[in-house]
Amino acid sequence: MNIIEAQDINFYYGDFHALKNVSLNVAKNSVTAFIGPSGCGKSTFLRLLNRMNDLIPDTKLTGKCLINQEDIYAKKADVDALRKKVGMVFQKPNPFPKSIFENVAYGLRVNGIKGKDFIQNRVEESLKGAALWEEVKDKLGRSAYDLSGGQQQRLCIARALAIKPDILLMDEPASALDPISTSKIEDLIYTLKTEYTIVIVTHNMQQAARVSDTTGFFMLGELIEFSDTKKMFLNPDKEQTQNYITGRFG
Amino acid sequence: MRRAIERGIEMIFAASGMVTTVVILLIVAFLFKEGFGLFKSPAVEKGYALCVNADNPVEFISAADIKKIFNEEIEGWVPYRFDGDELSEKYEEEQFAGRLGEIIAETPKILAFIPEEYLPRNVKGVKILSGNTVIPKDFFLGKEWIPTATPAPQFGVLPLILGTLLVSLVAIFIATPLGIGVAIYLSELAQGRVRDILKPAIELLAGIPSVVYGFFGLVVLVPIVQRTFNLSVGETAFTGSIILAIMALPTIITVAEDAMRSTPRAMREASLALGATHWQTIYKVVIPYSISGISAAIVLGIGRAIGETMVVLMVTGNAAKMPSLFDAVRTIPATIAAELGEAPFGGVHYQALFVLGCVLFVITLFISITAELISKRQHNKGL
Repeated sequence: MNIIEAQDINFYYGDFHALKNVSLNVAKNSVTAFIGPSGCGKSTFLRLLNRMNDLIPDTKLTGKCLINQEDIYAKKADVDALRKKVGMVFQKPNPFPKSIFENVAYGLRVNGIKGKDFIQNRVEESLKGAALWEEVKDKLGRSAYDLSGGQQQRLCIARALAIKPDILLMDEPASALDPISTSKIEDLIYTLKTEYTIVIVTHNMQQAARVSDTTGFFMLGELIEFSDTKKMFLNPDKEQTQNYITGRFG
Repeated sequence: MRRAIERGIEMIFAASGMVTTVVILLIVAFLFKEGFGLFKSPAVEKGYALCVNADNPVEFISAADIKKIFNEEIEGWVPYRFDGDELSEKYEEEQFAGRLGEIIAETPKILAFIPEEYLPRNVKGVKILSGNTVIPKDFFLGKEWIPTATPAPQFGVLPLILGTLLVSLVAIFIATPLGIGVAIYLSELAQGRVRDILKPAIELLAGIPSVVYGFFGLVVLVPIVQRTFNLSVGETAFTGSIILAIMALPTIITVAEDAMRSTPRAMREASLALGATHWQTIYKVVIPYSISGISAAIVLGIGRAIGETMVVLMVTGNAAKMPSLFDAVRTIPATIAAELGEAPFGGVHYQALFVLGCVLFVITLFISITAELISKRQHNKGL
């Protein structure tokens, strides 16, 4: 079953045509990776799935994007509700200047959840889900800024998990991290797959090959190829894809 | 060669830093030095002294009590004021001191106010009150400010301090919610075009000279306040507060808005991506993130209000009495500005005004330190 169905999406920043006729489907509980050179539109595509691009003034979108069979750009679509279902982890770790606990509890609090025990349990559960619990369980009251970069990124993942989204978007989540932290994040993606649908944008082709089931290759706003990851890396259909993954340009 | 030039430039910067610091410290030192002679100065008018009968055990009478005695508000005293014309009907000028000595020695309960030149020195039965200086308790807790009164000028600064605090605090209570509100609107809600027009317009308001605000207050606000609250005069503490609030607004808005705008986009996105509404993002992320900037804005606003002179001089009525909101008041800066010109250089009045300056300095220092502590604590807690 497809949890995301994008149909003929065009996206403009002012006059700049950033996405050209992009159509793709994402299956539930899969990991989909988007690769491509800088400025190819892969992040733009990711960010339109939770309507983060709405924050940028002077943008325009045509086409249809269905999540759970609902058109997220319909006039009466509830953006806040959409973002509860579609969590996001950003390129740079961006914890709030609050305690570790409050960072994870934030999503619950803004959604009106008050029960103290419930919040406590969910925070613990989320931190365990993000493989951070063992490292922080004794210092939940400490500032999130006391953590290392890799820990902060896992905290951001825990924060996104706390509201139990259906989909987790990750925008180059490991690009600011060292190799050890990166491998931790990748392991995490692997385990999260059982419960969440993950869409990840990455510059690192090995990473895409390691973590994803399906890969999409973007170039100059077009989705050049979208297929099974193994096939894409071993035997791509298009020459452009072949050139990019073998490093002949990019 | 390059290194030498760079060293030179560094030294110039270091030197300018040093010079600035030293100048500021010198100003403060000057203020305190000029002021604190006050508590060594006699409490009576310059050139005069007080005498009592030698049997009277009193060694010290406060300025407030001297005034009461001469107004015959305290029983059991016989006030005597030197009157040259009356004495010269019967006595030659050389005999004045002797005659005054007799009067004092004959009257056990006398309190005599005599020019220093006719002072009956070393006369049996006469005690000159030489240690009668202005004391800090009278100064800081005295409720009357009449610096030109005779025989004893009244330097009670309590009404001035309270007047300053009342006018500024009410101003800040008006200006803070308004200013933060406008800052939130400008930084979070306004469309780009609206902000591009509104922000410079508000910044322009900060540049209007305070005399002009004073004009506006006097001509427009004073009658409105008078009519609205049905007062006999519209020049009240409240009028001053409103004008000060308007004057503090641009500072508060600009500084608070800059602080809110500096909240990284990543913070807003993180909040929105978790399903928070725009408004939740504002008060749970943007405001906490910029809280030190916002408190700086409020402190700068208070600083502007407390130190403001011209406007309060023009619209608050300038009555140095215990303040109430809908009555005329007088603030410390207004007092200094109005009176320094007519206070004799180096005299008691002059020194008293300098101590007032010190008081003002201490108040603002206290406010800045408090604000600093607040924003520090917020940071340490990680919000």
